[in-house]
Amino acid sequence: MAEKTIVELKNINVIIDDLQILKNISFELETGKFYTMLGPSGSGKTTILRVIAGFSQPTSGEVFFNGKKINQLPPNKRKINTIFQDYALFPNLNLFENVAFGLRLQHKHNSEISDRVSQILDLVQLNGLEKRSVEELSGGQRQRVAIARSLVLNPKMLLLDEPLSALDAKLRKKMQYELRNLQQRLGITFLFITHDQEEALAMSDFIFVINNGEILQSGTPVDIYDEPINHFVADFVGQSNIIDGTMIRDFVVNFVGKTFECSDAGMRHNEPVEVVLRPEDLDITEVKKGKLTVKVKSQIFRGDYYEIIAYDEDHNKWLIQSTNPVKDGAIVGINFDPEDIHVMRFGEKEQEFDARLETYED
Amino acid sequence: MAKFKHFLVAAPYYLWIGLFVILPIGLIFIYSFHDLNGHFTLNNYLNFFKNSTYLLMAFNSLCFAIIITFISLIVAYPIAWIISKFQNSRDFLILLVIMPMWINLLLKTYAFIGIFSRNGTLNNLLANLGLGRHQFLFTDIAFILVAVYDQLPFMILPIYNSVIAINHSLINASYDLGASKTQTFWRIIVPLTLPGIKSGVQAIFIPSLSLFMITRLIGGNRVITLGTAIEEHFLSTMNWGMGSTIGVILIIAMILIMLLTKESK
Repeated sequence: MAEKTIVELKNINVIIDDLQILKNISFELETGKFYTMLGPSGSGKTTILRVIAGFSQPTSGEVFFNGKKINQLPPNKRKINTIFQDYALFPNLNLFENVAFGLRLQHKHNSEISDRVSQILDLVQLNGLEKRSVEELSGGQRQRVAIARSLVLNPKMLLLDEPLSALDAKLRKKMQYELRNLQQRLGITFLFITHDQEEALAMSDFIFVINNGEILQSGTPVDIYDEPINHFVADFVGQSNIIDGTMIRDFVVNFVGKTFECSDAGMRHNEPVEVVLRPEDLDITEVKKGKLTVKVKSQIFRGDYYEIIAYDEDHNKWLIQSTNPVKDGAIVGINFDPEDIHVMRFGEKEQEFDARLETYED
Repeated sequence: MAKFKHFLVAAPYYLWIGLFVILPIGLIFIYSFHDLNGHFTLNNYLNFFKNSTYLLMAFNSLCFAIIITFISLIVAYPIAWIISKFQNSRDFLILLVIMPMWINLLLKTYAFIGIFSRNGTLNNLLANLGLGRHQFLFTDIAFILVAVYDQLPFMILPIYNSVIAINHSLINASYDLGASKTQTFWRIIVPLTLPGIKSGVQAIFIPSLSLFMITRLIGGNRVITLGTAIEEHFLSTMNWGMGSTIGVILIIAMILIMLLTKESK
């Protein structure tokens, strides 16, 4: 176990009513980092959070906090705080008392309570609203109260259960920056739960992609985006063109009937694979200069780019992002570099994937 | 025209309230200022406040109502809480709470006479256990017990409704912030169920002030409350004026209690 490890999960299984919610989950979280648990709804990500917070008991497996096993420790004894999806502010208490709640339980002096609360309210920019009823607050303000209520207790770790999902797009972006800033300033470990891949990529130091109760891949946002392990991850994180292909030999792959140079290796000769090409890596060019020829079907103006849907001769669909529009129905070439091609094996597990990458990457 | 339509639709309700709420209260009010011979007088009120019997009765009623309400509350709260925990069968359990309300009060009261009397079920049981026979009927305790039994659903239902309305993540949040179960109960759950507690208290305390049937049948008229006094004046002594005066005083007491327990928002 690394020295800076704050939380460790070892072989966690959760089975509820014969349904396996979590399958053998193991990971370590280091102090002071921003982690994200990314997965679709029902993937089990909230259950992981509940196991760490202490609201759910794992059927088997161990939870460690600062090296101590905490399976039996009730939530109120854990130095971990949770930001709930619906914020769970106490409607019977005003803003000040909501934030002071944890301190009052510790029987702190009134002067200390008001000092610490006003300090934390400064931090989340809510000072002056102390006497407000929490029901009068806007979504963004409630969010900040929930954060302040936890931070005032100086937790070692904060668990955030989709805290931005109830906010409108603009506020969401703003809160993403605020949360990330807050986390870096305070140096607290954050475990952030979301189904929004953009949010995950923008905020995290490290992402766990989870589906059906299993961690499919974990890594930095760049790793996960550039080198997704399988179809699900490639599809869930960002937009992708996923095409069936064959790995001819190391660094050579065949798809759409053509052979291309690529940057992947370590697979069997002529192994069937899937190939990922991100829409933003595809450049539109003249037919004779392109590596592939496609016919434009439709395009949507997205503000900062055009999203073009085109089909090749084999009827594969291609999603292309371009800063310039093209004509509907036009036949164009598309170009890409060898390193834009990412090859995925079928059924490869994360460990095998990492080991294979080790063999040919420097 | 729209106004007239509105009036037509509402008319039956106005008529109802006029005939069955305002008129009777008005009549009670008028009667309370008349003596036995139908002459205007203030003596009824003077009597009430000068005569220690009436003040004692009022005090008695108040004490019994407080005891009955308090016992109902501490019995009903855990019941409501436990029922709310049964996710799947709680509707059925609530039905079990409601069911006795469909049985006439008089029948239920007679059933208790059967249980409590000298040769009743309870005494038979005690005798068989070798504990001897005891006087249960016509005691204060029996009176309070039956009054609580009878009115318990009125306390359980509003509390149950406020318990199931609590967002469970609030309870988790309270634990999360370091509160124990007891602290969570007093700081979060009780404040959030306070509206239910208040309606339960109103629904029990006010009728308990003027109970008379249970007082007579189970309390054996040893327990004299304002309710029994009213009944006596209307049916036995035919002193409608005095009966009405007590009625008016009860109405004022009820209004005061409503004001005291209303939502402070």
